[in-house]
Amino acid sequence: MTDTELRQAAGAASATDPDGSGPAGRPGGPGAGRRRFGADTTKGTVAKIVLLGLVDALAVYVLMMLFLSESWGALAVSSAVVLVINWIYLRKGGLPAKYLAPGVLFLLVFQVFVVLFSGYIAFTNYGDGHNSTKDDAIAAIQLTAQKRVPDSPAYKAAVLAKDNSFYLLFTDPQGKVSIGTTQAPLEEVSGAGKDSTGKANAVDGYRTLTFQEIVANQQSILAITVPVSADPADGTLRTADGSNAYQFKPALTYDAAADTFTDTDTGVLYRDNGKGAFAADNGETLTTGWKIEVGMDNFVRAFTDPSLRGPLLGVILWTFTFAIASVALTFAMGLFLAITFNREDLRGKKVYRILMILPYAFPAFLSGLVWSGILNPQFGWLNQTLLGGATIGWLTDPLLAKISVLVVNLWLGFPYMFLVCTGALQSLPTELDEAARMDGAGPWRVFRSIKLPLLLVSIAPLLISSFAFNFNNFNVIFMLTGGGPRFADTDRDIGATDILITLVYKVAFGQGTGRDYGLASALAIIIFIIVATVSAISFKQTKALEDVNS
Amino acid sequence: MNGSAASTVSTAAPAGAGDTTTGSTTDVEQLKALQRRRPFGVWFRDKGWRHLVGIAVTIFAIFPLLYVLSAAFNSTGTLVGSNALFSRIDFGNFSELFNNPARPYARWFVNTMVVGVVTSAATVFLGAMAAYAFSRMRFKGRRIGLLSLLLLQMFPQLLAVVAIFLLLSGISEVIPALGLGSQLGLIMVYLGGALGVNTYLMYGFFNTVPQSLDEAAKIDGASHSQIFFGIIMRLVTPILAVVGLLSFIGISGEFVIASVVLTDPDSQTLAVGLYSFVAQQRSENWGVFAAGAVLAAVPVMALFLFLQRYIVSGLTQGSVKG
Repeated sequence: MTDTELRQAAGAASATDPDGSGPAGRPGGPGAGRRRFGADTTKGTVAKIVLLGLVDALAVYVLMMLFLSESWGALAVSSAVVLVINWIYLRKGGLPAKYLAPGVLFLLVFQVFVVLFSGYIAFTNYGDGHNSTKDDAIAAIQLTAQKRVPDSPAYKAAVLAKDNSFYLLFTDPQGKVSIGTTQAPLEEVSGAGKDSTGKANAVDGYRTLTFQEIVANQQSILAITVPVSADPADGTLRTADGSNAYQFKPALTYDAAADTFTDTDTGVLYRDNGKGAFAADNGETLTTGWKIEVGMDNFVRAFTDPSLRGPLLGVILWTFTFAIASVALTFAMGLFLAITFNREDLRGKKVYRILMILPYAFPAFLSGLVWSGILNPQFGWLNQTLLGGATIGWLTDPLLAKISVLVVNLWLGFPYMFLVCTGALQSLPTELDEAARMDGAGPWRVFRSIKLPLLLVSIAPLLISSFAFNFNNFNVIFMLTGGGPRFADTDRDIGATDILITLVYKVAFGQGTGRDYGLASALAIIIFIIVATVSAISFKQTKALEDVNS
Repeated sequence: MNGSAASTVSTAAPAGAGDTTTGSTTDVEQLKALQRRRPFGVWFRDKGWRHLVGIAVTIFAIFPLLYVLSAAFNSTGTLVGSNALFSRIDFGNFSELFNNPARPYARWFVNTMVVGVVTSAATVFLGAMAAYAFSRMRFKGRRIGLLSLLLLQMFPQLLAVVAIFLLLSGISEVIPALGLGSQLGLIMVYLGGALGVNTYLMYGFFNTVPQSLDEAAKIDGASHSQIFFGIIMRLVTPILAVVGLLSFIGISGEFVIASVVLTDPDSQTLAVGLYSFVAQQRSENWGVFAAGAVLAAVPVMALFLFLQRYIVSGLTQGSVKG
């Protein structure tokens, strides 16, 4: 309960600190000439001491853990933070800091620091195969670098499951059947069920995985290494596809003095290639590497790598299109509805309004999933029921998928614009309207020349934040199409409706292709720059708009 | 049309002032006669089309909700089977929903409530404290502080999701209870966004509470904590409700960070759990998913409609103040 405690402690402490007792109290306190606050109650002081004590107790525990794990940098920073917190709440005066400290602490760690940290990661090759130090990488290579034993028999394999862990069932060329997993060395079994090719595929007490299950659990199945015997030097059995298995033996030895790996069979030498990996002279690298700083490499790669450049430009273009079109459509519809229902004497106005804002109240992530059911090309309601069995690819055709995404986002967003526009319309002065009518302006003219400009002054900031929100509107895209349909000209998981933020997520945490934190962070930094630029420009424009009108 | 009718009435009233009772009845009759006489075309151009728009938009707005409701009560269960709306109504999907240990829906629900309530309560509290400081105190760095909050809120936390993931995985090596897989860690991350928009919204609202109230309390010897908890917090309840509700809605639907932090199915929230459940086999699990979606949406929507008045006023105030 650390954070709650911290918060409560901070709150109570700030609420009860002795303050304003001395005339030299706080130069930075409430403005000069203002009256001072009264003294604190005893109850408040006690609460403050207790809560600050709890925070400090927790802090001591954290500091001890940091000391034990020998994280010196984190230890130094944490100690400094603890000291500052105590100083803020124990000293006299400095009242604003007492109210601001808890919020600002979280803000600094989980908003400011993580952004700076992203900036750092963007300049490293952090990711699968490069996620630790060089020493860790060397240890891992020695453990995992295994090579197929030459002329060893090819085993047929099946994947079984028992108690949530996977087992491999092997059939050797002579038909001998044995079972094992990473923790359990190979063991012969009898009475296994076999299929027509003589491959054993079932054993009592175990469940045989279907092909779909094998695909879904690919990562964990590929990671299974079954020791041939209790002696590690005998090597292990592994499968690469869930149906064939081969015997592997350690294949690389490390020479600490020369900082090289040598292949035991071929004698090929692998050296540190300066890019966070060991590489042979022919350019072949060992899969396990380590994290290094690579400078602008990720950014350069994003715009030069042929499998990335085209799709990325498409994604950037679509991100802008999506954000601008979403704002324009929701605003247009919201404004139209606000004008339509801006009549005191319209019957049923309240009912309309409640029903219309329901999409806004419906959780956004569910909306994407529900619509994905409605629009599903094969089984969805739209094709099956409304269009009588049509097979229009609402979510699989690149153009239609984009339109579908926009329509769903319109459904999600128009109620908000409706509410906001109604509020803004009602706050407009009516004299202007009347004066214009007196001068002979028609309703359209009144709207275009008087109401709209005034409305834009108050709504423009909201349109900008709506743009910034839609620029990163992850949920609607990811839940509706998952970014698909995929581009044909790349082997990466990038699709026609992917926006930048879904691309960041897929690059960093996607299935199938390896995680690439460096590239993902570089893309996130690009989003930062775009959003900052657009916001800066448009806020300036808004100011101009305000000046013109006032 | 109506406007002219009303003006006729008001001008007619003083004329018949001598005989008030008969005068008012003739006014009403006159009005009724006018309305009756009004041809359909005129009525349609004035108001009828508004109803047409209203009906069309209402259908667009509530159809998906009716669709998911119908699917939830239709135990056929598949996507195709859900296409005939309200063709059968039973609770098969709901009992199925709660009876599969591989899919701990009840746990997801509780987790979402815990994470959402704790985070939004803390967010309201942290934001209100900051807004109080910005609104009622003058200190060095106040302007800069407000400006930096305005700037920071333009960059949502999910942009830094990679760094958050790596930071938490670092934390879990030292203190597992706060690292990856822990809801406490997730709540801490969410609280990083507690200031920002919220503070700005509250700051504007706090400024509308007259300073003279604070002054009067100070004369009576109230401490700043008594003023904050006893006076300000009570007067700004509407904005507290709005901020609390909006952050609850935001947190309970947050997917990106939650999916990265919460890896164990038992600790996941509804957004992560329901997505992973339906993403694997969308069409087969549809009915059960719909049941889960309905149950997940009900509390949020009920809360929203219940506090609707506050939200609308909060939104428009926010918009007018920029």
